[in-house]
Amino acid sequence: MHTETTAVPGTSAGTGTQTTRVIGVLALIITSFVVVSAFFLTPADSVQGDSVRIMYAHVPTAWVAYLAFITTAVASGFSLARRHRTLGFDRVAGASGEVGVLFMAMTLLTGSLWGRLTWGTFWQWDPRLTTTLFLFVTYVGYLAVRRIDTDPHQRARRSAVIALLAVLEIPLVHFSVVLWRSLHQEASVLNPDGDVRLDDFMLFTLFAGVAAFTLIFAWLVIHRQRLTALSDIRQTVGLDAAIAARRSETSGVVK
Amino acid sequence: MRGERCGIDDWRGTMNVALLIARKDLQIEWRTRMLLARVVPFALLVMVLFAVALDSEPLVLRAAAGLVWLAMLFSTMLVVQRAFDIETADAAIDTLLACAVHPARVFFGKAISLFVQLFVLAVVLVTAAVVLYGVTVSGSRVVLLVTVVISATSGLALVGTLYGAVVANMNGRDSLLPLLALPVLAPLLIGASRATEAAFGSQTIDMANGWAWVGLLGVYGVVFGAAGSAAFSPLTESDS
Repeated sequence: MHTETTAVPGTSAGTGTQTTRVIGVLALIITSFVVVSAFFLTPADSVQGDSVRIMYAHVPTAWVAYLAFITTAVASGFSLARRHRTLGFDRVAGASGEVGVLFMAMTLLTGSLWGRLTWGTFWQWDPRLTTTLFLFVTYVGYLAVRRIDTDPHQRARRSAVIALLAVLEIPLVHFSVVLWRSLHQEASVLNPDGDVRLDDFMLFTLFAGVAAFTLIFAWLVIHRQRLTALSDIRQTVGLDAAIAARRSETSGVVK
Repeated sequence: MRGERCGIDDWRGTMNVALLIARKDLQIEWRTRMLLARVVPFALLVMVLFAVALDSEPLVLRAAAGLVWLAMLFSTMLVVQRAFDIETADAAIDTLLACAVHPARVFFGKAISLFVQLFVLAVVLVTAAVVLYGVTVSGSRVVLLVTVVISATSGLALVGTLYGAVVANMNGRDSLLPLLALPVLAPLLIGASRATEAAFGSQTIDMANGWAWVGLLGVYGVVFGAAGSAAFSPLTESDS
């Protein structure tokens, strides 16, 4: 770990600190509890049976995905407004966006597995699902823009605009799909809302899941944005080194 | 900051400059005939391919409204690419912004030019739906159809201009534009298709619901008009 520190003066080569270690350990402990509780300690639902256990993963991933996208939007807003610290906020926005896409993919996956068991179908054109799907694609596009090799400030501005527009998109997509579906026949599947009666322990496990996933989110975003910062520094240092090498080469020729 | 002398609240000034920019774009379009030579044939081809793929006249008739707007969405991607390629090719947009033209005015100018081109395209596609798919429009339904075409085309032009600026000058913009813009255009596709369905005299949706969708299209246009005029400044800023 310390050998690399010399390559980038003034920075630690790792991305972990005392805080992230505490967050990581806490996340591990709570996640272990949720796994045990979700599979063995909580009862099966009277209607849905064991498939209700998917909820302990599904609800927290959905929560984290939305939290991530809100974080991305807020960081993007700051990155646009605070000109001198644009890239710092941009890195947070990007890291949060990446984690958000990952968690939203898990939300869609766990949701459709649950849907197959409960509704008998993987997918329903229900407003909440449709909005989530469009949002997922939107952030995949956001990440695609972030991957483009261009001027970092320009990329930061453009991706910030996309992230803010995505927030604008959510209510419009949701409202239009609600209107669209209301004109159609109601789906003829069992219990389309999927509401379950939760006893206190189930609720506690669910909240523990939300807490665990939120900690994992924080841990991932902190590490990811520090990693981006390090790779940015490496690029700059690499460029400086290349320029210095080139200079010494030229001066060597002159001599 | 650029263009601050001409405040955005000066609407007459904004419209004058926007119309000048739109005229410039439309003149370029008229001289190169990109819309007529490539986009219109492409859109018509898409309409024909839809009919071939669905392979059933009643099904095509039922889906006609949605197919028209899908073809519009795909074609919009082509028109938007073109609208920004002419700006970025010789850094023309930087020259425009260097003349202290407020970015919001450039946004509206480009949106107006896009609107005119897409409106022409929409007229061609609705005509194609009548001819190829056997759709009929009569009486008061014509008013609804014209209103839908105008409001949906405005929304397409505004979102197209906004996302065209997002990807302008980027590597791989051809594939990025649809990936970014199409999810945002989903509400417009839903609204325009349902309202057009009502105008085509569908059994599943009545005229009142059709007009309700026009309301949604209106809100959509206003939201993205405001967002676009605000976002155009950070989007077009150059770092060099």
